[in-house]
Amino acid sequence: MNLIDRMANIDRRWIFLMMGLAVGIPIIVIGLTGRTLPEKATPLAQAAFDVLDDLEPGSKILMAWDFDPASEGELGPMATSFINQCARKGHKMYFIALWPVGAQMIRSSTSRVIGGYYPELVYGEDWVDLGFKAGNEAVIKTIVTDFEQYFPTDARGTAVGSIPMMSGISSLADFDAIVNASAGYPGSKEWVLYAATPLKMPLVIGCTGVQAPQMYPYVPIQVQGLLGAIKGAAEYESIVNNWVREDRMRETLETGGVPDAQAETLAAGFLADPGAAETWTTGAEAASMSPAAKTDLITLATEPTPGIFLEAQRRMGPQLVAHLLMIGLIIAGNVVFFATRRRGGAR
Amino acid sequence: MKRLVPIWITAIVGVVLIVANFLPGARSWGEEATTWFGIIAAVAFVLGGGSLLKVHLKKISDRNSGWAYSLIVLGTFSATLAVGLFKIGVSPNPAFPDVPWSGDVQGQGTPFWWVYEYVFKPLTATMFAMLAFYIASAAFRAFRAKNFEAVLLLGTAFIILLGRTFAGYFLTSWIPVDGPFSGLRIEEMSVYIMQVFNTAGNRAIIIGIALGIASTSLKILMGLDRSYLGGGD
Amino acid sequence: MKRPPSLPRSTPLSALVAVLSMLSIATAAFAAPPAPTDVVAKDLPADGGGSALVTWKIPVDVEGLEGFQVWRTESVSESDSRGANERAESLESIRSAAYENEYRRLVDVEGIAPEDAAIQARAVAREAIVGNQGDVTPAETGPHGRFWVLVDTVSPDDDKLLVGQLSVSDEYQFIVYTVVKNADGSVEKSVASAATGMVLPVASFIDVKRLPLLVILVLLCGAVLFFIFWARSGRPMTIRKIAGLSAVDEAVGRATEMGRPILYVPGIQDMDDLQTVAGVTVLGRVAKTAAEYDAKIEVPVSRSLVMSAARETVHSSYLTAGRTDAYNPDLIYYVTDEQFGYTAYVSGLIVREKPAACFYMGCFYAESLILAETGNSVGAIQIAGTAMPSQLPFFVAACDYTLIGEEFFAASAYLSGQPDQLGSLKGQDVGKLIVAAVLIIGCLLATVAVVTDNESLAGAIAWFKDSVLSA
Repeated sequence: MNLIDRMANIDRRWIFLMMGLAVGIPIIVIGLTGRTLPEKATPLAQAAFDVLDDLEPGSKILMAWDFDPASEGELGPMATSFINQCARKGHKMYFIALWPVGAQMIRSSTSRVIGGYYPELVYGEDWVDLGFKAGNEAVIKTIVTDFEQYFPTDARGTAVGSIPMMSGISSLADFDAIVNASAGYPGSKEWVLYAATPLKMPLVIGCTGVQAPQMYPYVPIQVQGLLGAIKGAAEYESIVNNWVREDRMRETLETGGVPDAQAETLAAGFLADPGAAETWTTGAEAASMSPAAKTDLITLATEPTPGIFLEAQRRMGPQLVAHLLMIGLIIAGNVVFFATRRRGGAR
Repeated sequence: MKRLVPIWITAIVGVVLIVANFLPGARSWGEEATTWFGIIAAVAFVLGGGSLLKVHLKKISDRNSGWAYSLIVLGTFSATLAVGLFKIGVSPNPAFPDVPWSGDVQGQGTPFWWVYEYVFKPLTATMFAMLAFYIASAAFRAFRAKNFEAVLLLGTAFIILLGRTFAGYFLTSWIPVDGPFSGLRIEEMSVYIMQVFNTAGNRAIIIGIALGIASTSLKILMGLDRSYLGGGD
Repeated sequence: MKRPPSLPRSTPLSALVAVLSMLSIATAAFAAPPAPTDVVAKDLPADGGGSALVTWKIPVDVEGLEGFQVWRTESVSESDSRGANERAESLESIRSAAYENEYRRLVDVEGIAPEDAAIQARAVAREAIVGNQGDVTPAETGPHGRFWVLVDTVSPDDDKLLVGQLSVSDEYQFIVYTVVKNADGSVEKSVASAATGMVLPVASFIDVKRLPLLVILVLLCGAVLFFIFWARSGRPMTIRKIAGLSAVDEAVGRATEMGRPILYVPGIQDMDDLQTVAGVTVLGRVAKTAAEYDAKIEVPVSRSLVMSAARETVHSSYLTAGRTDAYNPDLIYYVTDEQFGYTAYVSGLIVREKPAACFYMGCFYAESLILAETGNSVGAIQIAGTAMPSQLPFFVAACDYTLIGEEFFAASAYLSGQPDQLGSLKGQDVGKLIVAAVLIIGCLLATVAVVTDNESLAGAIAWFKDSVLSA
């Protein structure tokens, strides 16, 4: 049996093994080295970032987590980065879920991000978990005009009247933007149809790869930012990580007495060249900063990003190898096809 | 009578809800109908649960092949039901310490949470992850350049596959971003394909589907198609 | 010194007149523009509620007229929100001041580390606002002693504005300002016009804005009905072959020959999804064929209501085929609502039972590829049908035959062969022709409007988009 025949009759388990290795080896390599592939943001991911960045700190953001553990691989990193950007910007976050297990997704993402990296945020003042509500799109249609009808209490059973940040929220129109991570129905399409379009509110969507094609027609009028699949998550994550690092450095510089405009320029420079931070702290320009502030600045410039904020970028490594494998398999399949057809024609 | 009454209910409710769409005062009736459906579906779950128990108990009692798996199904079904329904292992809510069942069954550390976190979540994620393996075998087997359209499809697939990874950026990073040929960068091409060609194809299919839904709904409302009730004619 | 004869003798009175004239000229140059008059607001008739029409008289001879600003009173909920926001802002300023003072004291006086100081200061700031829940100085009201919200600014030629997105349970008043641009480039507003009377933007009995939708509904449904009656009159109907449906008999026959069962999966959604109804309808046809061929058909379902409907359908099919004795209700059973639990079960069933034919007819999500590939691995002939655009590629790649979108809805009609059903397919095609015609004509007109800059065409396109396409 020659090679073509072997390939034509290959047991599919060999292909499964190849795919397993294509995904597993990069995961191990990335886990050991900590290095990820560079990400260049596309306009859609940048637009998603800009929607939240353009809002004033303290804006009210409704975060709808409509996904389950199956799609957590694609949407979990998006959810993490959404919370990271909103928490750093100082936005008020209101979490709801239209999927039953979405409530667990909210708990998981908030405990990891807010609990781990923003402990100063106070529940009820900076963020609130309103939990899951059954009813699919009926929930959205109702909260457009009457929010409290569907959310009289938060997920912990506290009446919304006792929650400071719920004061002044009577309908969806009282929010400044909607962020939705969606894996199917009910999800992005329902938020577009029943919330963003009638209220003309900014809407940022993170969705799975198979859903993304159906969301493109809504960009940019009904949907201002769209993150599709893990690629979109990785691009957005890299934008947010860079911005958070730069913002923290800028804050440290300003607190240390550096003028605002100069602090901004310096922070951008240190982001591009982390080593320059240490050199700068030895110069005369850094005289106004205390030794502790200088140490903070160097740490901020050079410390590695926590792993929780690199999940999407880490997954791009296996995605690259897996996609290359798929291309290889398609080419191999066609080689077999043409060789077999030619052999059949020759006979 | 057994089929006539459901047909009349279908027709009357269907026509009322269509007309209600044009009467602002009646627009909420559709949501009421959805709520009623939810109640009926919840009641129907008893039937489904009963069928599940019957099928697996029969398998166990007849000792058919694979009866041990039926035992596991029934065991885990009962255990999860009991843990969730009776809030086993859940501490009372600190605001109401004297009320034994006031605690949150999904709170961290409870047995229900443990089942979700360490059984349900990994199993669901594993099933979803199997898609990666299956798409590889499907790609090897089915993506053949049999004709011109198939060749176009394969070319598009290659662009999208590369465009979604660093390889696409790397291969065409030499093309200037601001130049006249920036559209030939693979990541730009993949976004263009998704936004233009893919969207157009999707819209065409969706228009066809919408017309199919309208026609099928009309036949069901008018009682012309009764096969979903049984019998068909 | 003697005064030259040419110069007039000035008096105090004439000087005063001159000064007053200069003052009035100067004042006129900076006088506010006149406000619009006869400002009237009415509820918009024959709508779905929440709209009002505001009209006014354009003041004449206004220099530098830029346009008009229309303002409305707040709704009750907006008023509550504003009050709450003002309270929140006031509390926030108290909190920040308390935080700053305490932070400075801890860091500068007591020498505590910044991170610890921040946590302690935050706690103190929270205490500072605990007793201050209601003490807010209300903001200044606007004209006529009310709070007003800007609706829109319109061009100088407009003397009316349609205001939408109002609450149907609140009453509103409206005022209009004239806006002018002065010679020095500055923009100036008039005083507010007299406020209109109270307007309650109620919904009328019929929403006239949705009438275009009714016309489209009548057109499409009329086409379907017309061809149903056309077919009933005995005229022949030519329907193109749909390969997947022609293969149903082949698939069932194969199962009978091989002595292996048929697997039928009617999707994972409930009976409120039309795809599931269509799937159960096709199940009836397939079950009838299976009964006639004496093949075993197994239907694991994901929803209890679907199980009930499927049992009724299959039972009736077996009755019609005269094989009541062969009907086994236990072959149509509920598995689980959970998507991947159901997928795992069906995958295992396929691998164990090795069905000869697999039918996937209904609404599917991510499990479509898993099921189809598993079926392919056991060598089953697979026929799929779904209206989920995202899952169609997976079925096309992994199944032998796929019914794409409307072919799936046509399946029931096609398999029955009845004139009524076939006529409805024809009506569907007419609907498609209408949509295609509107699409082509609309795109051409929109392109011509942009290229030629034709205002009336552009207006027609805008009307079409706002009325018909957004109904």
